[in-house]
Amino acid sequence: MSNFQSLLTVLTFLPALGAVALIIFRSGDDEASNLNAKRLALIITGATFLLSLGILSSFDTSNPGFQFVEKREWIAGLSYRMGVDGLSMPFVMLTTFFFPLTIYASWNVTVRVKEYMACFLLLETLILGVFTSLDMVLFYLFFEAGLIPMFLIIGIWGGKERIYAAFKFFLYTLLGSLLMLVAMIYMYFDAGTTDMAALLKHSFDASEMVLAGWHIPGGVQTLLWLAFFASFAVKMPMWPVHTWLPDAHVQAPTAGSVILAAILLKMGGYGFLRFSLPMFPVASEIMTDFVFFLSVVAIIYTSLVALMQEDIKKLIAYSSVAHMGFVTLGIFAANRQGVDGAMFQMISHGFVSGALFLCVGVIYDRMHTREIAAYGGLANRMPIYATVMMLFTLANVGLPGTSGFVGEFLTMAGAFQVNSLAVFAAATGVILSAAYALWLYRRVVFGDLIKQSLAKIQDMDRREIIVIGPLVAATLILGVYPSLVLDMFAASVENLVEAVDDARQAAAASGLTELAAHAAKEH
Amino acid sequence: MSGDYASAIPELIMAGSAMALLMVGAYGGGDARRGVILWCAAGLMAVLGIWVATTAPTGQPAFSGAFLNDRFAQFAKVLILFSSAAMLVIGNGYLERRKLMRFEYPVLILLATLGMMMMVSSGDLISLYVGLELQSLALYVVASFNRDSQRSTEAGLKYFVLGALSSGLLLYGASLIYGYTGSTNFTIIAGIIKSEGVSLGLTFGLVFVCAALAFKISAAPFHMWTPDVYEGSPTPVTAFFATAPKVAAGALFARVLYGGFGDAVHDWQQILVFVSVASMFLGAIAAIGQKNLKRLMAYSSIGHMGFALVGLAAGTEAGAQSLLFYLAIYVVMNIGVFAFILSMERDGQPVVQIADLAGLARVQPAHALAVAVLMFSLAGLPPLVGFFAKFFVFKAAVDAGLAPLALAGAIASVIGAYYYLNIVRVMYLSDQERPLDIVSGVFGKVMVGGAALAMAAGWLPFVSSAIGLTDATLAAARALGG
Repeated sequence: MSNFQSLLTVLTFLPALGAVALIIFRSGDDEASNLNAKRLALIITGATFLLSLGILSSFDTSNPGFQFVEKREWIAGLSYRMGVDGLSMPFVMLTTFFFPLTIYASWNVTVRVKEYMACFLLLETLILGVFTSLDMVLFYLFFEAGLIPMFLIIGIWGGKERIYAAFKFFLYTLLGSLLMLVAMIYMYFDAGTTDMAALLKHSFDASEMVLAGWHIPGGVQTLLWLAFFASFAVKMPMWPVHTWLPDAHVQAPTAGSVILAAILLKMGGYGFLRFSLPMFPVASEIMTDFVFFLSVVAIIYTSLVALMQEDIKKLIAYSSVAHMGFVTLGIFAANRQGVDGAMFQMISHGFVSGALFLCVGVIYDRMHTREIAAYGGLANRMPIYATVMMLFTLANVGLPGTSGFVGEFLTMAGAFQVNSLAVFAAATGVILSAAYALWLYRRVVFGDLIKQSLAKIQDMDRREIIVIGPLVAATLILGVYPSLVLDMFAASVENLVEAVDDARQAAAASGLTELAAHAAKEH
Repeated sequence: MSGDYASAIPELIMAGSAMALLMVGAYGGGDARRGVILWCAAGLMAVLGIWVATTAPTGQPAFSGAFLNDRFAQFAKVLILFSSAAMLVIGNGYLERRKLMRFEYPVLILLATLGMMMMVSSGDLISLYVGLELQSLALYVVASFNRDSQRSTEAGLKYFVLGALSSGLLLYGASLIYGYTGSTNFTIIAGIIKSEGVSLGLTFGLVFVCAALAFKISAAPFHMWTPDVYEGSPTPVTAFFATAPKVAAGALFARVLYGGFGDAVHDWQQILVFVSVASMFLGAIAAIGQKNLKRLMAYSSIGHMGFALVGLAAGTEAGAQSLLFYLAIYVVMNIGVFAFILSMERDGQPVVQIADLAGLARVQPAHALAVAVLMFSLAGLPPLVGFFAKFFVFKAAVDAGLAPLALAGAIASVIGAYYYLNIVRVMYLSDQERPLDIVSGVFGKVMVGGAALAMAAGWLPFVSSAIGLTDATLAAARALGG
């Protein structure tokens, strides 16, 4: 435990300070001041990463509870609470790790550089806020505020259809979030607090209720669960509310896609683990089959869709949806392997998909097209690129030895104990993912270099290697030594799974006593 | 008796000054003195605002209960006085450039403000009506202030005819209430309802009064006049309509329903639920197709009044508090937005089309940023303060068992987010050869920037506790409950 009480607040708001500085001290639009803006952003995100490393070094992995907790009064009965536990710490690290890389990857941005950097810095603050806040309303605030910079990033620096994509992204997510807000207000009303640590201990009524003639098993819990589900399923995204993702990915600039895939999608999974599963355990049990069904459809259907894409970014976007299907499968299996696997899969997918989007960015910067058909035979002139791309393609497929394997294996092992049929179907998705990923690789990298336009293409330069290098290392290290990350959240996951089990057993027991009492009355 | 006058000192000063300034204008130089008169009026309102804010109200009913000077009235008066003063100041440059400025303008605004102060202090149906009419008559005139413009004259006439109808409804309702309770005093009416319940005739009267007040607050389905009047009136007048009168009408609504009919919640709750849902959705959906910024703000204000009424519909102390909170935030946002609209010009002519904003972010980055912040806040996105306004009304509604109402509000705000976002899109994402000019004085810039800053930083713990809005609204809501 640190003596310095506001460590997380400093960590969270440091990037925002940088953004404010960029906006206030906006000098000219010339080369020099743009370079300064980029450097400032890089320094700030780098400092944030170092600070988070410091927090990690004194983070106690054996403690399943919240650490570095801060508490302050906020407006009108709300409180400002921050803290991290094993479930959020990996995501904090993922975020702080990725931002310096994406800033450095954006070195060639030329349009409105200062605003661009300010948006990214602001986004980092809001994402970190989501993972560190321990007050429900504060969480919501960060969760939804993240839409604003992302809207601007897609809308200003995006591709041709950027405005459509930005609006679709924004309104889709907003609708989900607002349903969650109403549910949160109800929880505040019911539990009398917005403190997430207290809410985790509060049990919401799960007895069956009748609403407008409909019998709702799980009662209030189910309704609340559905409202949260609306928000997190969109964010995740799960089939069938995933359609904003391909649009947003295709239109966003490279760095935007990287953040979106590597970090923003994880907010959905984090939300499921932080709210849906522990706070509404009975409803989660009732809804398990429903979630499994959606997950399996996502895995198989979006893999098939990915197979037929002509745009590289779109293909990777659909593959993200499929991989997120494994995450939901693992989370709602609600056992240790499942949840461990889901956590690991999210971290691993962060590295792999982020890296894949960076790879696409490398060739997009050279050729200004994302069409698969425009490429072919890149291995001849770009050996380093071909190697890196192969590593991430294989990691995406889930080859043992890369981080992708561990996550998929664990989630399926966990889900198998709950529903073997779903896992059987999901496993076919693994085959499909091999099909689309390897086929993509063959079409882009292998073959003869026959296209005239590619004749002068250059291999990755030093900057690109520096950006992707850490991701290569992370993917390989996690593939052979997964405990590095698994240990970080093991205690918290165990705690979570036990709490969920207890709550379910208690609910089942009270259901039985009710039945018994009912039967006794009948006699 | 002297105590009675003591609790109405601000109103008496306002009335005396309005008369004095009118005399100065009429006999002491006419329009040549308009600048002096305007600054005197604005200064007077600002000083009175500070005075009212810093003096503890007596809390005693004055003039046989017709005039209430309590924390509730104090809060609403401070809000009204400051927003009126702000609107006078930022509208001045615009009116001068258009050569529309006359010495009557500040005097009329002063009288309208006096009417509003009467409204929020009224403890009796008669004083309510007197205040309301004083405000309305002054507003009818300023709506048609640009005498040479057909639109402006039309706006004034429309407002007058419909306003007169609503006043008629109010009087009819008031007479029914008087007939069935034998009193016009809210406290006595409340006592009778408590002991005898609500009779059918009383319900009728209540419905008529609610309809008239919904008209004043421009809530659907009594909103028809709003877009036309907003569009036709000179922009400074529109800006004025969007701010202080909304506070006054909202506060008056709360005063009547909580003060007079607090025990008849079940009789008026359904009306308010309907009116607020209708307003939220109408405001959100009808605004989507608008091309004129003033019309857009008209629909936006209809929608926002819907949200404010969600708090009122809750019928609880928290509901009244959230209503006042919402109105305060709403006024600050609107002052900022209208200060910006007033500064929009091209070739020396005012422009109010949304398309004219294209490319603004390139030439006026600071202004564009401030407006974007205000738009996000109007849309109710966290962490901007506009979100908290919505959060508290929704919370009040859920606490009062109106979760479906909060749900409807959530959906309406997604729809509404589209058009606020659209303005951001036009400013940031589209481009134009020649973006418009921003012509604004120091005050205009301060209002736009200050409002945006307040929205962006108001949620920080130390800032919100410094402003103390939640405490002030809580005290005001407590006073209302009696």
